[in-house]
Amino acid sequence: MDNKIKMQARKVDFFYGKTQALKDVNIDIHTNKVTAMIGPSGCGKSTFIRLFNRMNELLPHTSFSGEIFLDGMEINRSSVDAVDIRRRVGMVFQKPNPFPKSIFENISYGLRVNGIKDRGFIEQRVEDSLRKAVIWDEVKDRLNDSALRLSGGQQQRLCIARCLAVENEVILFDEPCASLDPISTAKIEELILELKKDYSIVIVTHNMQQAARVSDYTGFFLLGELIEFGKTQDIFTAPRDKKTEDYITGRFG
Amino acid sequence: MERHFDTELADLKSDILQMGDLVEESIIDSVGALKDLNKGRAERVIVEDKTIDEYELKIDEECLDLLALRQPMAVDLRFITMAMKISTDLERMADLAVDISQRVLELADKAPLLKPLVDIPKLTLLAQRMTRDVIKSFISKDVELAKEVIFCDKEADRLRDCVQEELLNDYISKDKETISRAIPLILVARHLERICDHATNIAEDVIYMVEALVVKHHIEKLDQEG
Repeated sequence: MDNKIKMQARKVDFFYGKTQALKDVNIDIHTNKVTAMIGPSGCGKSTFIRLFNRMNELLPHTSFSGEIFLDGMEINRSSVDAVDIRRRVGMVFQKPNPFPKSIFENISYGLRVNGIKDRGFIEQRVEDSLRKAVIWDEVKDRLNDSALRLSGGQQQRLCIARCLAVENEVILFDEPCASLDPISTAKIEELILELKKDYSIVIVTHNMQQAARVSDYTGFFLLGELIEFGKTQDIFTAPRDKKTEDYITGRFG
Repeated sequence: MERHFDTELADLKSDILQMGDLVEESIIDSVGALKDLNKGRAERVIVEDKTIDEYELKIDEECLDLLALRQPMAVDLRFITMAMKISTDLERMADLAVDISQRVLELADKAPLLKPLVDIPKLTLLAQRMTRDVIKSFISKDVELAKEVIFCDKEADRLRDCVQEELLNDYISKDKETISRAIPLILVARHLERICDHATNIAEDVIYMVEALVVKHHIEKLDQEG
């Protein structure tokens, strides 16, 4: 199982205007594993994972070259529907962003826009998704309450449940715990470890310790370049590159 | 909240337990071989030592990974760091069983034994019991049992001295010809006593692990405690 590849980036360059944000990045995302991207602010890690579901093409004045594969298919080809890609490759952001709707509607929304009308089916999928995101017990008695009344940690798990409802295959986490307290963070981390049984996961984090705790593979970015990529265990106990070592030991700068 | 980390800690504990079982077997086999100067059994102990060495490396690696990747705190931190020290002590105990086996091989070439063994079997039983109890105390976080192990160490010293004095006074000083058969027996007693020392080290680590109390080099703390 160790060598099954879910997504690949090949020769990726990315520009904001004339500023190059990514330089010749190549990476493999393994199936049913957690891959973490670490690096200082502005190193390109968030820009990089947004390429995995074509989020960057929504930004003006940017240019991209290279290839991104999902199950061997290049996702930027004109014949590929970006919406379909975003359904298969979901994203959870730094700040929880539930819709200003009820808890139930937050989860059912993705199903309804995908044309599903069967009420029983939707109810079951909502429950399954909330259970998988380990928030069902906290919200089952108030599914019609506004999602905005949940705590930050609950809102983040709700956003994860929203991803799971549309049965995506890859989940991209962009700093998912940045605005959460340590207990909520621990819950999200446990959830990520649980979810990798069924999903391939990519997580961007400022928190190196978090990368160490949850990931199987780690990539270290610096100034738009992927300096080192390898098993998390190796990166955090014996990195090969001096720059990686300086960063993870706090000698950076 | 259930943690994935707990599964990893359980795996580590189980590796220490398995390593401890192997070490105990090595001790039993090495002194068992002494009884009837069984060369085959002594050689097996020497060969089996490789497996124990591998356990030490495996446990050290597991601990290092857990320290780097899980950033353990408090009781978890004490458990992992002590597991690392315990594996070192266990490996040394197995090396001492190898040393005993080598004495057996030396003695087998000069058979029969100089005298019937009296105190060495007592010391053997003590070393075996301390080894078994200390592993048990680690696994079940049993401080009282760890304390008992520490208190047994004096008896181990006494038995070693008995063996040494008897062989020196009743044999070596009376007949120099006995030296080559007496010295290995004195060494066996010393090896066994060292095994007991390592068991005592582990017992001290167990007390630190469970109660965060440092009793190493401060045995009076134990006496005060109970």
